[in-house]
Amino acid sequence: MATEILMPALSPTMEEGTLAKWLVKEGDKVESGQILAEIETDKATMEFEAADDGKVGKLLVPEGAEGIVVNTPIALLVGDGEELESTSESMTPPMPPAESEKPESPLPSLSPPAAAAASLGTVRQRGTEFRQQTVREALRDAMAEEMRRDEKVFLMGEEVAQYQGAYKISQGLLEEFGERRVVDTPITEHGFTGLGVGAAFGGLRPIVEFMTFNFAMQAIDQIINSAAKTLYMSGGQMGCPIVFRGPNGAAARVAAQHSQDFAAWYAHIPGLKVVQPYAADDAKGLLKSAIRDPNPVVFLENEILYGRGFDVPAADDYTVPIGKARIWREGEDLTIVSFGIGVSRALEAAEILADDGIRAEIVDLRSLRPMDTEAVVKSVMKTNRCVTVEEGWPVGSIGNYLSAVLMQQAFDWLDAPVANCAGKDVPMPYAANLEKLALVSTEDVVAAAKAVCYR
Amino acid sequence: MPARKKSSGPKATVDEMLLYYRRMLLIRRFEEKAGQLYGMGLIGGFCHLYIGQEAVVVGLEASAREGDKRITAYRDHGHMLACGMDANGVMAELTGRADGYSRGKGGSMHMFSREKDFYGGHGIVGAQVPIGAGLAFSDKYKGNDSVTFVYFGDGAANQGQVYETFNMASLWQLPVVFVIENNQYAMGTSVSRASSTPDLYTRGASFGIEGETVDGMNVVAVRDAGAKAAKHARSGAGPYILEMKTYRYRGHSMSDPAKYRTREEVQGVRSTRDPIDQARDMLVEAGHADQDSLKSIDQEIKAEVNEAAEFSRTSPEPDPSELWTDVYAA
Ligand SMILES: Cc1ncc(C[n+]2csc(CCOP(=O)(O)OP(=O)(O)O)c2C)c(N)n1
Ligand SMILES: [Mg+2]
Repeated sequence: MATEILMPALSPTMEEGTLAKWLVKEGDKVESGQILAEIETDKATMEFEAADDGKVGKLLVPEGAEGIVVNTPIALLVGDGEELESTSESMTPPMPPAESEKPESPLPSLSPPAAAAASLGTVRQRGTEFRQQTVREALRDAMAEEMRRDEKVFLMGEEVAQYQGAYKISQGLLEEFGERRVVDTPITEHGFTGLGVGAAFGGLRPIVEFMTFNFAMQAIDQIINSAAKTLYMSGGQMGCPIVFRGPNGAAARVAAQHSQDFAAWYAHIPGLKVVQPYAADDAKGLLKSAIRDPNPVVFLENEILYGRGFDVPAADDYTVPIGKARIWREGEDLTIVSFGIGVSRALEAAEILADDGIRAEIVDLRSLRPMDTEAVVKSVMKTNRCVTVEEGWPVGSIGNYLSAVLMQQAFDWLDAPVANCAGKDVPMPYAANLEKLALVSTEDVVAAAKAVCYR
Repeated sequence: MPARKKSSGPKATVDEMLLYYRRMLLIRRFEEKAGQLYGMGLIGGFCHLYIGQEAVVVGLEASAREGDKRITAYRDHGHMLACGMDANGVMAELTGRADGYSRGKGGSMHMFSREKDFYGGHGIVGAQVPIGAGLAFSDKYKGNDSVTFVYFGDGAANQGQVYETFNMASLWQLPVVFVIENNQYAMGTSVSRASSTPDLYTRGASFGIEGETVDGMNVVAVRDAGAKAAKHARSGAGPYILEMKTYRYRGHSMSDPAKYRTREEVQGVRSTRDPIDQARDMLVEAGHADQDSLKSIDQEIKAEVNEAAEFSRTSPEPDPSELWTDVYAA
């Protein structure tokens, strides 16, 4: 009996990959544990090994094939001494040429058509040149450009230099800027965060990368008690220009200690600025603004968004002001407010709602402190209904705050109570089915939108 | 292939040696299987394999006794198997199923067993160290003579809370054995790039904690060092540090291509210091095992691991109502 060897999942977020190289050929004997192929994931090239002993009956996917979905059969393994029956047609699909595997554009653009992109924050100039970039590349470019512009800017964190970043955000920075400005730290978050704050007091402009924001909890005292408050406590003498950045929120299947959204936590703190972009152009423009800002900025990224592609202005000096929302889609019937990855839930919901004749306006806060509540109030005065969407827990959430603002400032315009969609009020479970239930979903948003529209 | 050193030095009886061999082999095969299930998408998220480090937990568990406690980080499958937790239950937790140790809610990094005094399974580097001292505090408080084994990595050894813990543990003479599993890398960072001094076992010196370095690839050496350290802690003399020199063969987690070291480096350790090969050689050289008996052990272990894999695939997903349980104790 031939067993199928399937395209393996080699990282928590991998959905497809490239078969970079076969290390075995048809007819080769293999042992369990032997390396069969090199496979390129979104982050790295990994070796893939055999799970069983046997003989390679057939390679089903040619070397160099891209975009192979996880669990696609890539080879057939036959028992030792067995031959693959040459008559079994179904088992030997013709090998497609490597070229035909290539998707038209490897990165689906999630940017809406230009007409819908009328933005409160950034008015897109006609004639601006755009290029497709992932959020990952946009963040790297933002840091590189600011490091070229200002010698005082440096990057510090775990695995940022030699390893090129645990999530490959700092790719290439060590090569360009050297060890003085791209600094690998020991695993000592509380220590290096405090050290970063001191360096900012000393006149530098640190970018502190947390491998993920879960680990910033080790250091939250320095972020809040030292970075956020010193300007005030010193009567304005001593500011702290520093950026704390890294992935925040749920990743895939990494369970309670590695999957949580800190947006509301940091948004609570006077003295901090807090940013959580969704799209790559905003990630770039806001990170550049954050680095130039004279205040401590908490910059919340998202691992699942890192690989998504968007149109990003090609210009070197593209910045987005902190504290301005962006409208992704205009609509008359209700306002859906979100930020970060929640925006993709909101945009998906808007598509579904449109089929039901409900026109949703999508407001992306982009910044949580200062928050562009004016944009939200203005939109709700038009639509009279509002749903908020976030990954974080429901108690003391961003949605709770917006509900209060709307009650205060737009009470007479509201035709329904504001609905908050949030993560479930539990630690993140590991099991696939429970994780799905714990996360805020597009269906949750659609249901809430219909509820506030009384549909 | 370079020759392994002839086994000399610490000795164990035949039965002991066979037991260690089996336990190490079980961990190795279990981890290989877990890696395969990950590739098939049955295990998700982070999965940190213990392959290469088997002698550390197997040797130390040989010096533990009833009532002793253990706690570690996310690279925890080996610790669980070594302290007698059931392979089926561990594998089913890896696949996130109802029959897993945490009923599917914790996953690879977060597993616990009260019954076996295994206190996790912790995802935050260094966090288990003070918690482990707290377990020891509870034993001292109750007046029994149990010891807690607190495992952490070379990378974790740089976390501040480790030193806060060293101070308290020494100040209050807590019955704890700190086990630094120095596998030479913290993710992609070698010890020399992260630590100002290379000898991690001396890190307790300024707190008055004795320490020693141990060949963590030699299960008997580990066991003997563990017995000495546990005796020290049990006697009321306070904490003790063991720095286990070991090596992880695989990447940090399943998604680490491990480009920070050469294939030759890994191969070199595998072919000269492998803990299981060493144990096998000791058995064969002393005439206590031949190819046949080794093969039958191999097959038994393979069968046990295959059963665990099958169990973990057929165990049901947790009931959706589990989402809301265990947030608060009644
Ligand atoms: C506080 C904290 N910071 C960072 C991480 C990410 N991280 C997970 S494991 C690891 C390396 C730890 O290395 P080491 O302590 O040597 O243990 P090993 O993985 O080698 O067993 C890092 C940086 C984390 N989980 N927790
Ligand atoms: Mg290590």
